[in-house]
Amino acid sequence: MHIAEGFLPPAHAIGWTIAAAPFVAHGARAVVKEVREHPEATLLLGAAGAFTFVLSALKLPSVTGSSSHPTGTGLGAVLFRPPVMALLGTIVLLFQALLLAHGGITTLGANAFSMAIVGPWAGYGAYRLVQRCGGGLLGGVFAGMAVSDLATYVTTALQLAWAHPDAESGFVGAAVKFLGVFAVTQIPLAIGEGFLGVLLFRVLTVNARPELERLGVLPGLEPEKAPGLEPEKAPGGER
Amino acid sequence: MRRRHAVTALLLLAVVALFALPLVIDSGSDFAGSDSQATELIEESDPGYQPWFSSVFSPGSAEVESGLFALQAALGGGVLGYALGRLRGRRLAEKPAAPPPGQP
Repeated sequence: MHIAEGFLPPAHAIGWTIAAAPFVAHGARAVVKEVREHPEATLLLGAAGAFTFVLSALKLPSVTGSSSHPTGTGLGAVLFRPPVMALLGTIVLLFQALLLAHGGITTLGANAFSMAIVGPWAGYGAYRLVQRCGGGLLGGVFAGMAVSDLATYVTTALQLAWAHPDAESGFVGAAVKFLGVFAVTQIPLAIGEGFLGVLLFRVLTVNARPELERLGVLPGLEPEKAPGLEPEKAPGGER
Repeated sequence: MRRRHAVTALLLLAVVALFALPLVIDSGSDFAGSDSQATELIEESDPGYQPWFSSVFSPGSAEVESGLFALQAALGGGVLGYALGRLRGRRLAEKPAAPPPGQP
């Protein structure tokens, strides 16, 4: 989903940068607020950022005979809501643009818009929808991870089609071509990312249960919330 | 507990199979990156387009580039492992202070 450096015309490059900037600034404030008000959440926040860092470095083969990389932005979106990922995803993209010649500074706005904004929001929407439809937590996580991955690549394809419409068939023709490259290749990767997300969440529900309950990801065990048990739970914690 | 481990193993197996399968069924293709395929597509369909900016820094060779990608994955993996380990440690440290309900 990295649009290569210089491959968006200046008007598009500037336009996407302006479009992405407020989301990233809002995300930065969300991260600072989270860390300040809930220092114990810093570890999970780090885990969410690190997950994106790992997954977007892995180029994986797909059944289409080409390879691509997952995005990993769904985890943070599910845990902390999407704004946080606008900042974390953009940091990953900046690292890759500066050190790996992957993506670029002129295309950072467009790439951030697809991977750090549209992806997390779409994934979060899918997570909520599946949960509401009775898919359970892990079903929701699977959908959230897979959809955030796929939505990122669909957005990139549409961005490229807009900037480089086909000479004859225009935007639609170009969109079909770019979706053929991006979206189809991405389907197995999105499914794999969904499985990885479920694996990680199974670890988190055991080892980060109080944190997940505080974030509202896990319901605060209703039957045990009897008043008599509350004082016992309050003390403890090493922070 | 046994069932939990079995589910974990199955999930891991599914992930590995998903990415091993393309290599097995389509060993002839070169698995080019979709990002560079898109770039080629632009050069093909829009030959007049000139990229107007080039990367500030490009890793000189494929080896250096793959090394930097490995560095990115290692940094992420390290931080992820650290965070999960700390969270687990936090739970273990809490246990003696507050025994799980049900055990008087």
